[in-house]
Amino acid sequence: MEYLLIIISAIFVNNILLSQFLGVCPFLGVSNKLSTAVGMSGAVCFVITLATLVTYLLQYYVLEPFGIGFMQTISFILVIAALVQMVEIVLKKVSPSLYQALGIFLPLITTNCAVLGVALIVVTKEFTFGGEPHMLNLAESVVYAFATSLGFGLAMTLFAGLREQLALNDVPKAFKGVPIALVTAGILAMAFMGFSGLV
Amino acid sequence: MGKFQLITKGLIKENPTFVLLLGMCPTLATTTSAINGMSMGLATMFVLVLSNMAISAIARFIPDKVRIPSYIVVIATFVTLLQFIMQAYTPAMYETLGLFIPLIVVNCIVLGRAEAFANKNGVIDSALDGLGIGLGFTCSLTVLGLVRELLGSGSAFGFKLVPGDGILCFVLAPGAFIALGYLIVLFKKLTTKK
Repeated sequence: MEYLLIIISAIFVNNILLSQFLGVCPFLGVSNKLSTAVGMSGAVCFVITLATLVTYLLQYYVLEPFGIGFMQTISFILVIAALVQMVEIVLKKVSPSLYQALGIFLPLITTNCAVLGVALIVVTKEFTFGGEPHMLNLAESVVYAFATSLGFGLAMTLFAGLREQLALNDVPKAFKGVPIALVTAGILAMAFMGFSGLV
Repeated sequence: MGKFQLITKGLIKENPTFVLLLGMCPTLATTTSAINGMSMGLATMFVLVLSNMAISAIARFIPDKVRIPSYIVVIATFVTLLQFIMQAYTPAMYETLGLFIPLIVVNCIVLGRAEAFANKNGVIDSALDGLGIGLGFTCSLTVLGLVRELLGSGSAFGFKLVPGDGILCFVLAPGAFIALGYLIVLFKKLTTKK
């Protein structure tokens, strides 16, 4: 039951893009085409889940026992950078066409704040799923990270679909491109506000 | 490019928020009020100036292949420093900005300046470049924060100007996207006329 609450909360109520503003750069950058958006979401999903698993272990088995909590930011970003490099190598071999399509945005997952953001949230924030406020344990953290990245994928896919339609419409010249995309994202965020209070 | 231009180019010509569209996450998330926006801008400027200086000083010792990870480590070091300083002197603001202080590490503006400017220019020029871009970022965040605060709660910098509650939506997430969208249009209109 608790896991279900975590999943619903992470995907809909506290959607990482539309209510927490993490990972907005790829949200605006690669959402022109539906297929690229889906590919990007897949890559981000993989990296977020893996990065959270590794950084969780790093936090509780290395940083805290040795009393070097201040190294958190530096060590987390290094772990994420290494993981992204690995995903890039794997993707290059397995799916060259997707690798081509994602282009510059793949190495940029390192500087996607969603990845570092989620890793930091699970080790610093107390959650109130199922009663008492408590820190997430390992399984909950991984589920939370995975659900958050699904939320990222959902918002990304919806938004890419909207933008594909938007490109066909006659938009005032000054609004072309990013401004109209931002206004659309605002309306999408309003729709997601309807979920608040669900959990 | 003159020294003075280095500082002023961030305000209009290479404005990181309205023209280059970089660092969108903190821009949208922390501008619930003008003060918050300004603090975030200043915090980013602090990291930007110091990391630009450090990177321009050590750039020629770093092998080309590992330069990006090295830059990130340098930036993360200064962000950790900033976290300590803010925890000590402005704990309330540190709480408010929360997650977005450590997230300066992954702000594309900081890494972008390191890669585009600091690694090929001198220490002083890089410091000025960081100052200029940081100033532009601070100004745009303050303006966006001001607009959202005015519409959302009818106040500016914490002073109540209009009685009543305002349009709550502008303080919440949707208002951030919409306000930024309209501000970019306004900025485009104003700058292309000249």
